[in-house]
Amino acid sequence: MSPETSAAAGHHQHHPALAHHFDSLSQQTEASTLGMWVFLVTEVLFFGGALMAYSIYRSWYPDAFAVASHELDITLGTTNTVVLILSSLTMALAVHAAQLNERGKLMMFLAVTMILGATFLGIKTVEYYTKFVEHHVPGPSFQFEPEYFNHAQIFFSIYFVLTGLHALHMIIGLGIMTWMFIWVKNGVIDRDYVSPIEISGLYWHFVDIVWIFLFPLLYLIGRHVGAH
Amino acid sequence: MSSSTTLLPPRHYLNNGYGIKSWLLTRDHKRIALLYLAGVTFFFFLGGAFAVMIRLELATPAGDLMTDDTYNKMFTMHGVMMVFFFLIPAIPGVLGNFFIPIMIGAKDLAFPKLNLASWYIFMIGAAFTTYAVVTGGLDTGWTFYTPFSTASSTSAVVPAALGIFINGFSGILTGLNFIVTIHRMRAPGMTWFRLPLFVWSHYATSLIMVLGTPVLAITIVLVAAERIFSFGIFDPTRGGDPVLFQHLFWFYSHPAVYIMVLPAMGVISELIAAFCRKQVFGYTFVAFASLGIAILGFLVWGHHMFVAGQSVYAALIFSILSFLVAIPSAVKVFNWTATMYKGSISWETPMLYAIGFIGLFTIGGLTGLFLAAVGLDIHVTDTYFIVAHFHYIMVGGTIMAYLGGLHYWWPKIAGRTYNELLAKVSAAIIFFGFNLTFFPQFIVGYLGMPRRYHTYPPEFQVLNVLSSAGASILGIGYLLPMCYLAWSLRYGKLAGSNPWGAVGLEWTTTSPPPTDNFTETPVVTWDAYEYPTRVEGHVA
Repeated sequence: MSPETSAAAGHHQHHPALAHHFDSLSQQTEASTLGMWVFLVTEVLFFGGALMAYSIYRSWYPDAFAVASHELDITLGTTNTVVLILSSLTMALAVHAAQLNERGKLMMFLAVTMILGATFLGIKTVEYYTKFVEHHVPGPSFQFEPEYFNHAQIFFSIYFVLTGLHALHMIIGLGIMTWMFIWVKNGVIDRDYVSPIEISGLYWHFVDIVWIFLFPLLYLIGRHVGAH
Repeated sequence: MSSSTTLLPPRHYLNNGYGIKSWLLTRDHKRIALLYLAGVTFFFFLGGAFAVMIRLELATPAGDLMTDDTYNKMFTMHGVMMVFFFLIPAIPGVLGNFFIPIMIGAKDLAFPKLNLASWYIFMIGAAFTTYAVVTGGLDTGWTFYTPFSTASSTSAVVPAALGIFINGFSGILTGLNFIVTIHRMRAPGMTWFRLPLFVWSHYATSLIMVLGTPVLAITIVLVAAERIFSFGIFDPTRGGDPVLFQHLFWFYSHPAVYIMVLPAMGVISELIAAFCRKQVFGYTFVAFASLGIAILGFLVWGHHMFVAGQSVYAALIFSILSFLVAIPSAVKVFNWTATMYKGSISWETPMLYAIGFIGLFTIGGLTGLFLAAVGLDIHVTDTYFIVAHFHYIMVGGTIMAYLGGLHYWWPKIAGRTYNELLAKVSAAIIFFGFNLTFFPQFIVGYLGMPRRYHTYPPEFQVLNVLSSAGASILGIGYLLPMCYLAWSLRYGKLAGSNPWGAVGLEWTTTSPPPTDNFTETPVVTWDAYEYPTRVEGHVA
């Protein structure tokens, strides 16, 4: 994967990014891509465990979940959803630019993707801060209307676990994007070696998709047409 | 055995660089396998030390060696160390790492740096858990059941759980690496149905690692959030459900049993073929049985919860599904024995372990059927019957196969052979010591002795003394291989490339193999285990 591995091996006819144990760059690309897909499968199972807990408690305590869900800021949540979808678009454009070997565009789109990702995290921080101020963080300082006091804590526990893990993935994503940005800048990425950008894109889109599930599950309970 | 004229190859992976850095920064899967060997051996003996304490305490009915709290920590730390830091990583980390690339004709795993990272993650996770062990220990049982683990236990739950969480990523990344390697790195002509069964079983294992381990990870996150931040996901006082924890935990931890035993089955397939000089009977069935076990393994977790208050209908379904696991397991056992039928059997050390495995795994598997039956299971739940059952699978199965595989491939790994007589004696000691340790536990458990108590009624003492005596014999049996294998590294006779006259790509390269495994990429034109027609060409 890394450029230094093979450069020293003296295969001058080979691409500098080709690792010594692969026969060809296409074999390397296929392996890396499959590796990322398998990793994303593990991520599905990882979030799946928490979503399982969510499903059970929501079916047990639908009223408490609806009431607690209404405490979330739907404007900020919606804004963040739009921000993330936009970042997926710019990520896709970055991959496209990489495939066309347009370095300037690629760097720009990577930068915009990072800015959007950081915006998401900023808005998320504001939301978290509000929850702290309102004593909606589960635990000893939790405050809520007495009727739903216990079950709302379960909702907020799951809310913080799911959105916290998602935010952690966003932070890791920003790290990956920075890494890719440096690679593009240093000329590691070229026409024949686009797969790191494509694979990073797969990760980024996955993290977006997780949010696409989290947003309605956490923010939109009981907000469909016909609900009170 | 090899002729006396064999020489070590001039260049091989062991002399390609010396010094600590050449090991700690290596990307060679063979060296990483040896790093794993060092790690898992250490944790095996650490876990074994706790077992010694358990068996000493249980030598008498009274609680005279330690308090009940200390005893709780002993069995917990024995379980945690053995399960997470020995049984799960041992065969994939050591033998899988070393031989999967060679068996498929690749130069390395698909992601060598990730492979090294997996070892470091394993060691960091182990360091956290070891830290918990030395600073107050852990008393929740290896299962971390809530609400005890989240609310009541005063022991070091968070560092221990954090270590297991971190270690989980090691397993995930190893599984990912194996899957990609087996899909993308096979040599020309190495089709799926020419793969050695060792590779098939590791493929199935990797699927479980990749699909199961993340669920354990999120479960630990939820437990940690509850313990550190007083979140309330499993807290019954706030409407949370401790049984949900058990579902999530066993969704991983039952398949984890197959992470431990499937690679062992892969080893046994190799050993049986090599020492019977025959193609494995029903190759395709054995290969698909691995996948069958991996899939069914995900559907049976509820049999750990027959007394946990799950609905009787769920218990019935889980019971039926648990019985189904017996089918692919039996396919394997029958096919191994069918392979032996009219085979040209030779009784070298690895074969002794393989025969031992078949016998002990069969006992472990058949007693598993007792536990799949709801009515009978309720009678023996939390008794020594369970303890005996899973030790027959994990120790009698996995460790026998691990040692068998280690002896079989040791000449390839080290380039030298060990003392065959000493090895045979050790195998016999282990087999005898194992049965003396654990067979009495079936009886004492069936008679009603519960697990996890440091005292017991005096009428159970004879069986417990037998068990403790067996454990000391077993301990000697485990120490011996460590001594003579280490001895052979320097003084052993040179092995030559194919000391057993076995087929398989690993026996076509030198012992020890070169860093790139083969001088040129092999082209495979034969099926796995083409005995005996190909064997003449292979004898050194």
